[in-house]
Amino acid sequence: MSSPRSATAAAAAAGMPGASRPAKGGAATPGRAAPGTPAGAAGAGAGPAYDLARVRADFPMLARTVHGRPLVYLDNAATAQKPRAVLEAISGCYRDSYANVGRGVHELAQVATGARERARETVRGFLGAAAAGEIVFVRGTTEAINLVAYGYGRGRRTGLKAGDEVLITVMEHHSNLVPWQLLCEERDAVLRVVPLDRRGELDLAALGRLLSPRTRIVAVTQVSNVLGTVNPVAEIADIVHRRGAVLVVDGAQAAPRLTVDVALLGCDFYAFSGHKVYGPSGIGALYGRAELLAEMSPWQAGGGMIETVRLTGTTFAPPPDRFEAGTPNIEGAIGLAAALDYLTTLGLNAVAVWEGRLLERAAARLSAIPGVRLVGEARERAGLLSFLVEGVHPHDVATVLDGLGIAVRAGHHCAQPLMEVLDLAATTRASFGLYNTLDEVEALTAAVERVREVFA
Amino acid sequence: MSGGFGGLQELYGEVILDHNRHPRNFGPLPGANHHAVGDNPLCGDRVAIHLRVDDERIEEIRFEGVGCAISTASASMMTEALSGKSLAEAQELFDRFHALLTKPAAADAPDLGKLAAFAGVREFPMRVKCATLAWHALQSALAAPAAPPAPPPPKVAERA
Repeated sequence: MSSPRSATAAAAAAGMPGASRPAKGGAATPGRAAPGTPAGAAGAGAGPAYDLARVRADFPMLARTVHGRPLVYLDNAATAQKPRAVLEAISGCYRDSYANVGRGVHELAQVATGARERARETVRGFLGAAAAGEIVFVRGTTEAINLVAYGYGRGRRTGLKAGDEVLITVMEHHSNLVPWQLLCEERDAVLRVVPLDRRGELDLAALGRLLSPRTRIVAVTQVSNVLGTVNPVAEIADIVHRRGAVLVVDGAQAAPRLTVDVALLGCDFYAFSGHKVYGPSGIGALYGRAELLAEMSPWQAGGGMIETVRLTGTTFAPPPDRFEAGTPNIEGAIGLAAALDYLTTLGLNAVAVWEGRLLERAAARLSAIPGVRLVGEARERAGLLSFLVEGVHPHDVATVLDGLGIAVRAGHHCAQPLMEVLDLAATTRASFGLYNTLDEVEALTAAVERVREVFA
Repeated sequence: MSGGFGGLQELYGEVILDHNRHPRNFGPLPGANHHAVGDNPLCGDRVAIHLRVDDERIEEIRFEGVGCAISTASASMMTEALSGKSLAEAQELFDRFHALLTKPAAADAPDLGKLAAFAGVREFPMRVKCATLAWHALQSALAAPAAPPAPPPPKVAERA
């Protein structure tokens, strides 16, 4: 593969919203920068609005060393580091305005409740949802998908019946696969799987063929956490809705790198994690279309999700409260909102253009190393790169890189069915964040060359 | 490899790199009467151990599978170390090998021979599982009752 394009970079170049910003990065030809380009100069390439040196200064973690070397953090698809704004929002919550939410009448309770509901409104705006009531706070993408699998898939009114079908794709993370497998086993439903083509893109013709009048749920990731493939969610939503099914989108890898608009995507559910969008761990959100959430059954019971409780029976609160039993992760929601504000202020388009440039450079540099093979050649890709070094196991690659201060992920990336289709036990994955530099791409390249020497 | 960055030089010493490049006793074992497959769910590594045990003694031992340099070299060196050993000696060797990987340096067991090359793994707790994968498979192979000679060997992927 020669020149992967970042989806949003491509969109920006094609005149989508935000294209007014000079998209120098996205249009750049993959080339070789002179090694040792200063970070500031490297940052200038993202366009005048994107000040990489300033961005890096916002992340205290980036100042630390690993094994006596500067940290090069290229494991952003696993989790991202946090800007000071998020750290301060969390400690500020505990320091100045913490109480339980939705319960007390006292001043602090109202302040905390207000802050959390404003956070919900921030998430609504980030996803382009119509109403804050369509945003359910959860622990993360995994819990969001499980919530749909229980509240909708097993709901009193909406639940699957024997012979119904669920359609997933072979590139799903286990968290968008196993919940559906369990649901299908329990309900005697059928799980069908959309295959990939040779480039690592979804076979949309097969998707069309696999949909049947019995298909109730289609679950697809927007960005593959192994291949980086960006799936055409809006197109898929059209196909799915024509057959009367609902579309669940795993946005874990997309939310940090693409502008997400659930109205434009046309999906019914959208899940993402806070910790991957530079927010805290243990918080995330599920968007659900209002009519669907209203039909769904509660999945966890406890305080805060009820209307009235009698020993003979209980009626439940309307969404989103119905799906938020118990005292929630209050500081997490507030930290998440701070992270989304941070991203929005930088501009998702600028971030996508910059990450597209990093990806393009890394792809060009790594694929030029003899014995290195990139995994996945989708035409639209975002943020991450899986690769193999001939004759060297990915775990050994990652260990040598770690010795040089470079954090990457090696393994099956919680996508074993995909690895089986690719006929690979594991890959090494470098994944980029908004603070990575072209110098770090050069460091990665040099380190992979070092791996070749060690195991020659 | 130059420079001891992050303990890597000790982890990937010459002996380990050599066994990774040229694994000994690699392949199926006709006439084997004990088998087991070890999986490392973390990285997808998989190793199959085949043994011919006669009168409480390991007459022959071979392995197959895919794995990282640490697990491949460990399996290879395990087969060399155990060939001809009694089952009691094998267990005792594993106990000392395990101590080498997990106990402080002062507790180094003597007489580990070439297996002492794995001392560097101690600095990489995430890789202890790689170094012990073949040994754990060995234990399951010996724990199961002897199988008749030459059943179909457990399916594992070819070594790349």
